[in-house]
Amino acid sequence: MTHPYIPNAEPGVRAEMLAAIGAESVEEFYAGIPADLRLDRPLDLPEPLTAESDLVRHMNGLLGRTTGTDEALSFLGHGCYPHHVPAVCDEVNSRSEFLTAYAGEPYEDHGRFQALFEYVSMMGELLEMDVVNVPTYDGFQAAGTALRMACRYTGRSKVLVSAAVAADKLSKLRDFLAPDVEIVPAPVGDDGQLAVPAFDDSYAAIYLETPNVYGVVETRGRELADLAHAQGALLVVGADPISLGVLAPPAAYGADIACGDIQSLGMHQSFGGGHAGYIATHDHEPLVAEFPSRLFGIAPTKVPGEYGFGDVFYDRTSFAHREEGKEWVGTAAALWGITAGVYLALMGPHGMRELGETILARTRYAMDALARSVTVLHPDAVHFREFAVEVPSSAALLDRLRERGIYGGVPLDDRTVLVCVTERHSIADIDRLAAEIAEIAATQETL
Amino acid sequence: MNTAEPFAELPVAPKPPLRRFHQARWDEPMIFELSRPGRRGVAVPEPGAPRVELPESVRRAEPPKLPELAQPHVVRHYLRLSQENLGNDLNIDVGQGTCTMKYSPKVNDRFAAAVAELHPLQHEDTVQGVLEIYWRMERMLAEISGMSRVSLQPASGSAAIYANIAMIRAYHAARGETHRDQVITTIFSHPSNAACAKVAGFEVITLMPDADGLPDIEALRAAVGPRTAALMITNPEDTGIFNPRIREFVDLVHEAGGLACYDQANANGILGITRARDAGFDLCHFNLHKTFSTPHSCGGPAAGACGVSADLAPFLPGPVVVFDGSAYRLETPERSIGKVRPFLGVTQNIVRAYAWIMSLGAEGLRQVAETAALNNNYLMRKIIAIPGASAPWGTRRIEQARYSWQELAEETGVHSEEIGVRAADFGVHYWTSHHPYLVPEPFTLEPTESYSMEDLDEYAAILAHVADEARRDPEMVKGAPYNQSVHKIDPSPLDDPKAWAPTWRAYVRKHLS
Repeated sequence: MTHPYIPNAEPGVRAEMLAAIGAESVEEFYAGIPADLRLDRPLDLPEPLTAESDLVRHMNGLLGRTTGTDEALSFLGHGCYPHHVPAVCDEVNSRSEFLTAYAGEPYEDHGRFQALFEYVSMMGELLEMDVVNVPTYDGFQAAGTALRMACRYTGRSKVLVSAAVAADKLSKLRDFLAPDVEIVPAPVGDDGQLAVPAFDDSYAAIYLETPNVYGVVETRGRELADLAHAQGALLVVGADPISLGVLAPPAAYGADIACGDIQSLGMHQSFGGGHAGYIATHDHEPLVAEFPSRLFGIAPTKVPGEYGFGDVFYDRTSFAHREEGKEWVGTAAALWGITAGVYLALMGPHGMRELGETILARTRYAMDALARSVTVLHPDAVHFREFAVEVPSSAALLDRLRERGIYGGVPLDDRTVLVCVTERHSIADIDRLAAEIAEIAATQETL
Repeated sequence: MNTAEPFAELPVAPKPPLRRFHQARWDEPMIFELSRPGRRGVAVPEPGAPRVELPESVRRAEPPKLPELAQPHVVRHYLRLSQENLGNDLNIDVGQGTCTMKYSPKVNDRFAAAVAELHPLQHEDTVQGVLEIYWRMERMLAEISGMSRVSLQPASGSAAIYANIAMIRAYHAARGETHRDQVITTIFSHPSNAACAKVAGFEVITLMPDADGLPDIEALRAAVGPRTAALMITNPEDTGIFNPRIREFVDLVHEAGGLACYDQANANGILGITRARDAGFDLCHFNLHKTFSTPHSCGGPAAGACGVSADLAPFLPGPVVVFDGSAYRLETPERSIGKVRPFLGVTQNIVRAYAWIMSLGAEGLRQVAETAALNNNYLMRKIIAIPGASAPWGTRRIEQARYSWQELAEETGVHSEEIGVRAADFGVHYWTSHHPYLVPEPFTLEPTESYSMEDLDEYAAILAHVADEARRDPEMVKGAPYNQSVHKIDPSPLDDPKAWAPTWRAYVRKHLS
């Protein structure tokens, strides 16, 4: 049988094409590969499931051996968040015209250019910044690149990084900034916020995250911006855009570069597959020059009233200059940018504000509810979406909760659990978590 | 009885030789221009709990100036934009050479959707099925490449290249060989090989082609030495030519104490034919969105896979999936470079790529490779028969070819970019080449296994028509496009800091205020 994905595997057409080429067999095309490099056996792979129904059965068997967050009550966050994904987001990003396109010109792919331009434009409004990139891979990469941009811009090679960021993100930053950029950790105070540190003009930047890894909203952004600027350094702020309907955007307190992950804006959790990163600055040419990413902009066409698009300042990218360009650019996460644009268009300014208010209120409600049976850390700080609790054993608590159908949170260490609450968690869900924890705490000495 | 129109004759006349294509043209405004205060696209739940008053230091002062639209109009706007985009499903997508544009099976999208509600930090016991997919996928890619272990964490091909160079750096550092500060690549390898090596702190040496279009082995001999950290090379290169002396390249680098790293972006024509490890490579990477069919998604999310030999396995990004005979667990390798991306990988694409291989098996993968080579060689005969088109360095190619319109450009003054734009008027796309344009007036075609002979005939006929038009009416070609969503663009404001508008707010500030 001819495989359904390979039209020219059909023997008749294959023979016709070989004849047209004047080749005896496909072996002729491989004449340039030396015999000792040729694999002299078939690949050792599982038997194929060519019939679609067989493949579906096999895949359903595998995918069925999971218990998703929709089958349990999940309070897992820590970088991947269970926000509601509007149906329209899925509708748009599953459109074949977007899903299967790649890198056409601004003509045949006009729609991609406009949709991504609108995405960066809506992000620009949320961030109050004029320049936003076509998405990079994720928030980790966005932070790494934002810090490298600051280093190139200032000509310095040392950065002060808040210790209140996820361990995995720090791991990425260490790898990505090595070997030429020194990372100095900035300690976290008892209030869960970055303690204003010693700082001098050897630093390129301060990296602040808000809400930070404990869900704490940092309140001293302006002070840190002034501190950085006084030494000729930049303030780089990692912020989840979903918080910005209620929280001040980093630019409002003096940040020079904002960055973060957009998974919250319309992407499913997808076992970590929904990530994309944004980087934003003001329209300051020397800083714009340090973006490695593509930037899309408006250009006129022959016809009045028509928007054309193209690459802004392409002559800084690795596409243009290989190793002489800024870092590198390539396939990253454009479709998630389009999706986040759809999300922001659906929400509008007031939807973003209402969502933020709901999350703030439910987070505080959950903190108060859990505080009745466990120690909630940084209770006086403003929290958005996440908070940490201290328990005698993270694993023991989470195991017991899992037995009761609850994914209670992410263990940050043996005694600290991070709990995530979004608009998808009802008050009843939060009450149930609190009640189960209270019951476990009452019956378990280890807790 | 209706009065017959003058054209009321059956049978309907045959189709003309070229498709009378016109892209959707909705003349769609910017989404901000569709806004009316008070409208909303989606509602959010009330708090149901006391409101939190924010201190002024963190409270947003002004609402963001996002557009306000009702849901039907958000849908309509984005669906119009989607129609103004030429997806792979809709066209003979052979013009994006090096990118391996192939059919992405629809059934695999369903499997991808099935992981939507899995959180990456769920307890391992609750995600055994998806960990098994990671494990099985790793084993299959290890077999396809000959490597020992494979990380599926990188988000894309370039991210995988970076992960490989980070492992190379860690490997040499672990052996106390930090003096190895040079990476050698070739001009016809993807620019990210050079760019990633530079970011990782290496000096980059780029080999240029010899008279046969292959990287110059004498230049390699001159370049290798005690400072060599690695060779990072594509094969076949973006020319479509397989380097028959690749083993010698690898040996030269090994003799100097360096590592050999294989960019397998162009693996589609050699699946089951030849393997990275069998040529001596220490590391390699695949682009799952190219060779293994996951959709290109307008430029990601994609997925990359890094394969390494046993010596490099301790340096892999963590965690990796391990299987103890009864359960799948996550484990961070002993000397891991750490994280290159959040969590385990772009899972929905790992799932799609796994399903694609499972549909094909060993024989199917070989059929993919052979058909990609067959299609390329067939199309090549058709393209070089077009007056004004040529392929440098003879006709020995695997799965793609870089062509030149130099002769046509000299004759007509019409450039390759302009030919491509005019070809789009007939419903296809092509891409020129990475920079620098070593092949003058370049275009790069890669007809993967997804295209029929009829498709290739149609594509070649379009290029032949446009080349002919360039001779008859060069201004017509230069004025293109005509049948697209928009007309010819003047890109000059995009490079002028005073005029450029990377967002709507910048546009409003600079041009409408």
